[in-house]
Amino acid sequence: MRLLLRGRDIPDLHRLSVYQANGGYEGLKKALTMKPAEVIDEVKASGLRGRGGAGFPAGVKWSFIPQDEPIKYVAVNADESETGTFKDREIMEGNPHQMLEGALICAWAIQATAVYIYLRGEFWDIGDLLDGCIADAAAAGFAGKDILGSGWSCPVYTHLGAGAYICGEESAMLSSLEGVLGQPRVRPPFPAQKGGGLYREATVVNNVETLTNVPWILTEGADAFRAIGTEQSAGTKVFCVSGHVPRPGNYELPLGTPFRELLVDHAGCDPDNIKAILPSGGSGPIVPGTDEVLDTPLSYEAMQGLGTILGSASIIVMDNSVDMTWVASRVTKFFKHESCGKCTPCREGTYWLDKVLDRILEGEGRPEDVQLIDNVAKNMAGTTLCALGDFAANPIIHTISNFPDDFNAHVQPKPEEEQPAARPARGGRRRRASA
Amino acid sequence: MSLHDPRYKARIAGHLAKYPDKRSAVMPLLYIAQEAYGWVSPRGIQEVAEICEMDPTQVKSIAGFYTMYSEREKGRYWLHVCTDLPCALNGADTFYRDLREYLGVEDGGTSADGLFTVEHVMCLAACDKAPMLQCNFRYMESLDMEKMKAWIEDRRAELQAAGQGQGS
Repeated sequence: MRLLLRGRDIPDLHRLSVYQANGGYEGLKKALTMKPAEVIDEVKASGLRGRGGAGFPAGVKWSFIPQDEPIKYVAVNADESETGTFKDREIMEGNPHQMLEGALICAWAIQATAVYIYLRGEFWDIGDLLDGCIADAAAAGFAGKDILGSGWSCPVYTHLGAGAYICGEESAMLSSLEGVLGQPRVRPPFPAQKGGGLYREATVVNNVETLTNVPWILTEGADAFRAIGTEQSAGTKVFCVSGHVPRPGNYELPLGTPFRELLVDHAGCDPDNIKAILPSGGSGPIVPGTDEVLDTPLSYEAMQGLGTILGSASIIVMDNSVDMTWVASRVTKFFKHESCGKCTPCREGTYWLDKVLDRILEGEGRPEDVQLIDNVAKNMAGTTLCALGDFAANPIIHTISNFPDDFNAHVQPKPEEEQPAARPARGGRRRRASA
Repeated sequence: MSLHDPRYKARIAGHLAKYPDKRSAVMPLLYIAQEAYGWVSPRGIQEVAEICEMDPTQVKSIAGFYTMYSEREKGRYWLHVCTDLPCALNGADTFYRDLREYLGVEDGGTSADGLFTVEHVMCLAACDKAPMLQCNFRYMESLDMEKMKAWIEDRRAELQAAGQGQGS
């Protein structure tokens, strides 16, 4: 069942005429016959949760916007930069109007005065595509001035980032749009509050995938949406599957689909050769590829029960050949590079974690180094303005707790008959370290 | 080519019209400056600052914060190779090493013919098509060295045919 990746089923869906022939902009038309508060209630009732990672109920977020403010914004988070995430790209390439329509329905619901779509800079071509779609939608009366004769005007603009993961963090994204350094802000005030949003005006920040669900909710109804997925995780989700996977790619499936169905049935993985899974890119806690994990439903609540997060559902699979110390190092290099430098624990912590991990991988590690990086990571968690500090701590803390042997093997000298040679960075085929 | 050249006038005006504050146009204008000068040169920074009514130091700090603005001259083709975890699990490290060897450059270096600058970058949202890279911010996916060698030699031949090959 595809609500979002409809571009796979319908050729040329990025063309306005094709989109309209397939029910396009009917959700916006319906929304404009409703009061803004009724639209918010419908989205609330649908149980739609934010698909960018946090899983916050979208309708509840919209309801935080003060209705009496004259200037309000919708900022679409299309900065998709989490390691292993490539869903928003396919949604926008294949079904751009549905995202625009969702953003415009949100804009109507909060009576926004403009929509800004913040794209990661590398989505240069998608920016051009969206600019064309926006122009077409405006010419047809769906965007811009006096939308569908309602008297309500709302222009839509694209804005390209320029290569900074941190700008996917909502407050950093707003700063970047304003033309100041893309660094997180102190909250409160939150973006939905006056003083906290774009140009200090109340702003809804929603992910591409979240908004792309909205037209369907308006046309089919909240109950139909709730009928898909689980009680607490309604709807479908686009799961990005990468790593050691025979059939990598995006899979749109109902929330609550078990890992096993996604990874084995759809993506073709051998269930006996999954050492570890990162369920939410580099930022979520890693889990071992055990039967218990494989039988867990991919829902917000079940993933929490597993001690990890669904996040943006960027699922990176690693087979039994992978050395988890190398994984921790690679993910740490990402966060070291992407730390914006504002908060000391994140800026310094990622730097030192990277340095010590390099030392360990080069065979120069000391036995106490494993404890050392674990301590550094635990001292970063919860001490920074945004979640990047926590994200950067996760790959250390959880790879060590799940796969301690992988780390100890590097720092504890072994008798020669057991470990004949220094292991290469990625290690040889090894048995599952913990199962 | 200055930002004041008539060819950029409409694009700059279009960006300025998007925002209630001129300062917000600093990022799109830095891209235009990069296009005009081939890199974000001090003159480009000065011109962006004038248009956005900002201090040049502030513009320079923005240019330095983001990886897609280059404050140094590079080759004609910027090859940004993803070596992040999902790509690395699928051979990106070997691919990147072989590519550098073929071009005879270090990480961040430019080939002797001045055509290709290569550097490793973080996740580019194409993890299912590794190894991959972006060339001048356009995707090239599901690569191997055979494809890359052919592509590189095609670019070299193109430029030689245009009479501006070696050392341009």
